[in-house]
Amino acid sequence: MFKIIEKEELNKDITLIKIEAPLIAKSAKAGQFVVVIVDENGERLPLTLADWDINRGLITLIFQKTGFSTNKLGRLNTGDNLAHILGPLGHPTEIKKMGEVYCMAGGVGIAEVYPVARAFKEAGNRIIGIIGSRNKHLLILEKEMRGVCDELFITTDDGSYERKGLVLDVLKDLFEVIEKSTHTQYPALVYCIGPIVMMKAVADFTKGYQVKTIASLNPIMVDATGMCGACRCKVGGKTVFGCVDGPDFDAHEIDFDELTQRLKTFKEQEGKL
Amino acid sequence: MGMNKKLFKNFFEVALGFSKADAEKEAARCLQCKSAPCVKGCPVGIEIPAFIKLIKEGKQKEALEKIKERNNLPAICGRVCPQEDQCEAACVLNNKKIPINIGALERYAAEAILKMGTVPKKRGQSPFLSPFLQHREKIAVVGSGPAGLTCAADLAKLGFKVTLFESLHTPGGVLVYGIPEFRLPKKIVQSEVEYIKGLGVDIKVDTLIGNTFTIEELFQDGFKAVFIAAGAGLPQFLGIEGENLPGVYSANEFLTRVNLMKAYKFPEYATPLNIGTRVAVIGGGNVALDCARVALRLGSKVSLIYRRSENEMPGRIKEIEHAKKEGVKFNTLTQPIKIIANRKGLVSGLECIRMKLGKPDASGRKRPLPIKDTNFILEADTVIVAVGQNPNPLLPKMTKGLKTNNDGTIKVGHNLMTSLQGVFAGGDIISGADTVISAMGAGKKAALAIEKYIKDKNGK
Repeated sequence: MFKIIEKEELNKDITLIKIEAPLIAKSAKAGQFVVVIVDENGERLPLTLADWDINRGLITLIFQKTGFSTNKLGRLNTGDNLAHILGPLGHPTEIKKMGEVYCMAGGVGIAEVYPVARAFKEAGNRIIGIIGSRNKHLLILEKEMRGVCDELFITTDDGSYERKGLVLDVLKDLFEVIEKSTHTQYPALVYCIGPIVMMKAVADFTKGYQVKTIASLNPIMVDATGMCGACRCKVGGKTVFGCVDGPDFDAHEIDFDELTQRLKTFKEQEGKL
Repeated sequence: MGMNKKLFKNFFEVALGFSKADAEKEAARCLQCKSAPCVKGCPVGIEIPAFIKLIKEGKQKEALEKIKERNNLPAICGRVCPQEDQCEAACVLNNKKIPINIGALERYAAEAILKMGTVPKKRGQSPFLSPFLQHREKIAVVGSGPAGLTCAADLAKLGFKVTLFESLHTPGGVLVYGIPEFRLPKKIVQSEVEYIKGLGVDIKVDTLIGNTFTIEELFQDGFKAVFIAAGAGLPQFLGIEGENLPGVYSANEFLTRVNLMKAYKFPEYATPLNIGTRVAVIGGGNVALDCARVALRLGSKVSLIYRRSENEMPGRIKEIEHAKKEGVKFNTLTQPIKIIANRKGLVSGLECIRMKLGKPDASGRKRPLPIKDTNFILEADTVIVAVGQNPNPLLPKMTKGLKTNNDGTIKVGHNLMTSLQGVFAGGDIISGADTVISAMGAGKKAALAIEKYIKDKNGK
């Protein structure tokens, strides 16, 4: 059993929980995820690690209550137990000193980009954060992101906070400035995590500039240890498994349309829950 | 032996066991041959005539104890072992009439544990555990499928302190995620797992060795040897167009959703399964037959597509017969070449080509060859790919110095030791996908090899 030690509603959609899982906390690295089973009848739900604390033996999960299992998870309180957690899973994000790294995220993806941005910062990179949400109330981890970014840009779809628009608009502007400038350079890496439409749009845009871009994928999974193949995606024309070959992939090579299609597999069933 | 009357309507066990009278009558047919060819046919060397004699004498519990000397999982083996290729194939009665139904007798003996409650209630208090052997060294077993369970049980019987690590949330490996309820009820697996816990084995689920912690960390933690039995979990695909469409499942995904996650009880259980009215299962092995029969029970019309003829099918004859009786349509000498989508991007059919058999290939089976211009479309809205599994690459990838062969299997010496000192491996992770019993054989062999390794190291 895995006990919830802390819980915080970040806003009406997104919840943060800290759970006792000392073995996972000890091995966790930026970019990795866990599989959670809320109760014994539950499904295996993959969630990216938002943070971990080796000393206290805790892991932090931040999730959006979009479906049956995330809603069930959201109803648990401090002191309640989760039936099962497996992890850390997937390859950690490849962290090294590269120069400048753009860390882009939308919605709950901000929770997932945060440990990655922090790890790149600790490795000596200059971090430009570009994060967005639908409106001011749904924006999460602004303070934490400010703490690890050299510059942070924020967008909201409705303009209720900072810049109105999409994270891609900021990226386009930044690239335009670089294009005209004589002394600034394109980033060594763009790292993005969020809705597929956002990652696809970022990948399509950076491809034109040949700027290395990594996207972190969250396909459908069951075991998440390479056994079922539910998470298979096409990258560079080859079928790979999101769980064990990823979750990070070269965004310019990902077949986002196929991934979008595969994510719809259980739409009808999920509606019944 | 009776059969479940409401076949393929539910997930109840299909093949029913012997009654006491039937078992004793069948046991009485055994000639009690001195040479006992059946024992040589058994990968774990059960003293078959001896346990059959005990059944004949009405001593069901003693028969079980006799089997348990060699086999830790008789209730499972009695059901899923291919006896027709092993002990029963070797039975001398094959020459005259029909061989002894050894599998059903083993299963009958195993029922004793359920009836008589010989499952030890407390850890380490098993009637099968010798109190004299107490080596006390800590040994780690990775993977709780048939190889891991067997090795853990044998090591515990030898007095070792065994911890069994499982990445899934339920122990049993392929016995729980792969083999369906109607062929191997999960309560049977659970009772065998309880027996193994009773021997003192500590089972830790939700632990992925390589990720949660490494083999190196196991040694740092005081384990003196490690047995890797991570299985052949990586599903193979055909590499044909349309294979990544929604509605195409690997056999592992389909079976795991239904067997382990109980998607057939959705929404009581939260794991969904989207299955159409027409299901095509590709493959001819036991896994393909399991998928077909599961799909049938979920209310679909099922076609099994196999590129050779029925004679070459690797599945057990009994399972092929069950599948046919239940209504699975066999499309043999048929090769799928493309999965077709409708306008919504969902599976609508399978383009296939007819095959004929040519000369035998490297596997000894006749090579299937396509017949030109025989393409046709088989309508289907769900496709299940059951064409084999490769060894799970995760642990070798995460373990420095652990050498593998080109096919992904872990390299081992004759004593099952890998390229790493004190690290042993067995089961499907060294052989590729094989039977439950051969994995158990490897588990037994590894337990003895580990005992010898520890003794040699201790200089005894």
